[in-house]
Amino acid sequence: MTDPTAAPTMPAPGTTDGADEQAKSERVASLWSDARRDLVRNPIFLISAVIILGLIVLSVAPQLFTERSPYEKGFCQLSNSMEPPKSGHPFGYDVQGCDVYTRTIYGARNSVIVGILTSAMTSMVGGVLGLIAGLRGGWVDTVLSRITEIFFAIPLMLGGLLFLSMFDTGNVYTVALILMVLGWPSVFRIMRGAVLSNKHNDYVIAARALGAGTWRIATRHVLPNAIAPVIVLSTINLGIYISAEAALSYLGIGVQSPNISWGLMIADAQSRFLNHPHMLLYPSLFLSVTVLAFIMLGDAVRDALDPKLR
Amino acid sequence: MTLIDKAADLPAPRSEPDSGPLLEVRDLHVEFRTNEGVAKAVNGVSYSVSAGETLAVLGESGSGKSVTAQTIMGILDIPPGKITKGEILYRGQDLLKMSSEQRRKIRGRKIAMIFQDALSALNPVFSVGYQLGEMYRKHQGASRKEAKARAIELMDRVRIPAAKQRVGDYPHQFSGGMRQRIMIAMAMALEPDLIIADEPTTALDVTVQAQVMELLAELQREYNMGLILITHDMGVVADVSDKIAVMYAGRIVETAPVHELYRRPAHPYTKGLLNSIPRLDQKGQELYVIKGLPPTLTNIPPGCAFQPRCPMAQDVCRTDIPPLYEVKDADDRAMPGRGSACHFWKETLDG
Amino acid sequence: MAELDKPGGGPNDQPADAVPETPSLTKVEQVDAATDESAIAVIDRPAERGEPILQVRNLVKHFPLTQGIVFKRQVGAVRAVDGVSFDLHQGETLGIVGESGCGKSTVAKLLMKLEEPTSGEIFYKGEDIARLSGRALKAVRRNIQMVFQDPYTSLNPRMTVGDIIGEPFEIHPEVAPKGDRRRKVQEFLETVGLNPEHINRYPHQFSGGQRQRIGIARGLALNPEIIICDEPVSALDVSIQAQVINLMEKLQDEFTLSYLFIAHDLSVVRHISDRIGVMYLGRMAEIGTDRQIYDHPTHPYTQALLSAVPVPDPDVREDRERIILTGDVPSPANPPSGCRFRTRCFKAQDKCAEEEPLLAVPAVFSGSDSPANHESACHFAEEKSVLAG
Repeated sequence: MTDPTAAPTMPAPGTTDGADEQAKSERVASLWSDARRDLVRNPIFLISAVIILGLIVLSVAPQLFTERSPYEKGFCQLSNSMEPPKSGHPFGYDVQGCDVYTRTIYGARNSVIVGILTSAMTSMVGGVLGLIAGLRGGWVDTVLSRITEIFFAIPLMLGGLLFLSMFDTGNVYTVALILMVLGWPSVFRIMRGAVLSNKHNDYVIAARALGAGTWRIATRHVLPNAIAPVIVLSTINLGIYISAEAALSYLGIGVQSPNISWGLMIADAQSRFLNHPHMLLYPSLFLSVTVLAFIMLGDAVRDALDPKLR
Repeated sequence: MTLIDKAADLPAPRSEPDSGPLLEVRDLHVEFRTNEGVAKAVNGVSYSVSAGETLAVLGESGSGKSVTAQTIMGILDIPPGKITKGEILYRGQDLLKMSSEQRRKIRGRKIAMIFQDALSALNPVFSVGYQLGEMYRKHQGASRKEAKARAIELMDRVRIPAAKQRVGDYPHQFSGGMRQRIMIAMAMALEPDLIIADEPTTALDVTVQAQVMELLAELQREYNMGLILITHDMGVVADVSDKIAVMYAGRIVETAPVHELYRRPAHPYTKGLLNSIPRLDQKGQELYVIKGLPPTLTNIPPGCAFQPRCPMAQDVCRTDIPPLYEVKDADDRAMPGRGSACHFWKETLDG
Repeated sequence: MAELDKPGGGPNDQPADAVPETPSLTKVEQVDAATDESAIAVIDRPAERGEPILQVRNLVKHFPLTQGIVFKRQVGAVRAVDGVSFDLHQGETLGIVGESGCGKSTVAKLLMKLEEPTSGEIFYKGEDIARLSGRALKAVRRNIQMVFQDPYTSLNPRMTVGDIIGEPFEIHPEVAPKGDRRRKVQEFLETVGLNPEHINRYPHQFSGGQRQRIGIARGLALNPEIIICDEPVSALDVSIQAQVINLMEKLQDEFTLSYLFIAHDLSVVRHISDRIGVMYLGRMAEIGTDRQIYDHPTHPYTQALLSAVPVPDPDVREDRERIILTGDVPSPANPPSGCRFRTRCFKAQDKCAEEEPLLAVPAVFSGSDSPANHESACHFAEEKSVLAG
């Protein structure tokens, strides 16, 4: 070209300068910070977060909310059996004459422990196995996937009944363990799928071309990009595990007395519901609100993290 | 913004819509509401196309060329999209003021669209013949048998070999070039007046690209259709179009008949684009480069949107948005169909 | 050319010619390294300009087609690459063009050892890297790097730019001492025309062209001798393409790089390449210097390919002849007998179906001064000018 303005221009300084000005006005954004921003704006998240925060405080420090402990001597007075709510005892008394309010407060701890513990364990087991199956492929994947399918075929409640009947004592830890055994396949599936869709990405190939080993590829490239759906699932599952624990306890094979569980309290109260509704009402209310809060949280997290909705 | 068609076409009297342009877009504005703010995707686009004419809309990603097309077709997602201003006249009638029922009658029957990605535009669970025949069943009440016969006929017309045997095949059983032919057949089914082709050959190989473009041009001649070709490929544009509208940051920066544009561009952006294509006589030299990056649509620079990257920018460019000036030759005679949205179009043209 | 099937087996048959116009595909400078140590020594020695740094001989990659879920049995093979040979010289750019499915990207993956070849050899400085593993392979990786097509998927979205460009140093810690890495990363950012202060940003904060610069910086980090570029600009806008091509040319001079430049855009390939190979359905159809291929193509496929390229000049298109091929590229799982191009060729005769043309200088041109004197795999090779202007 004869045009003097058409002389080759090296892009180096100009390019970056232009981009600089643009970038300054731009906020720093990544999936996580975008998600965070979406979450804080989402009223569903805010409501559920407040409830869950309250629950956590309840379970860590129940003594803040009640001066008495359900485990202390003389807590239950049979003379108070099934007394309706009155001043100082807002939820009334149960069949044994124990204070329903105090027991409900202390019951939160077990629910929260089962939920968080199970969710954490399923994420670990299912996540790690899913990562291995997805990355390794071949026969490892085939074997693990078939095992997953077998576990998938076991209904949660039936499996829970079966496995828990093998234990003499039911406490939160045995319940969490059994729920984990039955629950990891869902995480496995999600993780394996996410890994499979990620491992053929160009940046993984680029890392291989640089000579990166399997460990580096798994931890630096595949996992960070595959973890989001697992987090979503685990959050939603939290609520489901809490309700599963309550159900198992209700059936008498989960958490057992003298441990406190909302499911147990509901079981004790159900036959007397017509005459003494307060015994059933409060633990059920707490259970429902808790499960709902975790499921709402999961929903909000999914909306914020799911790339398909972005 | 001035109408580009002041120069391009003689505006047709409203009473005789058939003699005027087939489709006329006037001062169209489209916005998107995003987390980052309002993205101004289309900012006052005007163009027109007549029967038998090919208008190429040339632009890079984010120039608003596809959004304009989607708005014409009425397939823009609203929200987040929002048409804030403008008219789209089809034979003199404003599409934007029509009821959705009326628009649906025009869409497909009168104005059809061809997409870049034929695989995702075709339904994978129905056979190709069924999807082609559906057009006749739905719009013309044809029987099943009749529809199938017409589908085979259509596939023959877009030169799909062994159409009779392949009419029951599913989209994934066809190659990319063949799928694009099926897309064209589908668009052609109801013999529309106007076809909008959005990057129809971008996903195809060059040898197949040539086949598909030739088919499209041939069908256009045969049916005297208007064609709006949306592309970023300067080569494809030079091959098939009659007139060109170059878009940048949601605006039309230059319009010209195809030969004129390549010979003497009147906008620095067009000129830069043409110069940055590797040429035979420049082997071994550095390529000409338009420095910098296209603007983000949420933050379009004041004045001329191209000004931060323009080698000719002056103070006036930073303050005043240039209208689409009529481009005149050295003797001050208007050059038909030419316009440039540059304060210094004259200098660019002569330089 | 029966020798083509058996590349020079003995070590150091002959020294390399000084930049031959068409590489002789029979001569291979081969070193037989007994140990990893000696292989690494060979691999890490500096190459001289003009020396063939990479020699590919009869490279074959077949992907098996299987049926069944648990017990898989092979029912066929996709012959993605089916006997490809070429040389790449130090400091030169070899362009590889061809349509999708011709196997050009598979060649890139084979050279990067991302796929194992079914057969054939890849000699890097005379060492067959197709057989290497472990430390010697790692040494090869330092010297052969890659730039990817899609700048949106080739950068890990969860890593900062600093981590992305610094990762090569973490994998090959001997290249840069730990304390030095950040500074080196910033240097590379500057080299590719990005602001060194952006080291802590994430890829999505950059535009497509800037991301491709980041990808190039990552490819440069280990100071390689060869960079394999798989469609490095085809995902970019026209005005950005030119910026990246200029950058790549600048870097080639600065670091004496050899490029294997794979692309489907013929004008870009011509601009950047010294020599060009045209691939069709897993085979090399024609190879020669840019002038030989573009101005004096002798293979009908090359001629059709060139004539199909839309020329960004409406005046030229009107008076040039266009060869419009019929049909699509056949499936590489079931390629035609004889010459693979014969099903779409305008010159095909019975001979083409029976006898496979080998890549060699056609008899009619051999010995002549004409630029048509270059290797072309066609029984009926003849010159035909298709690019006007």
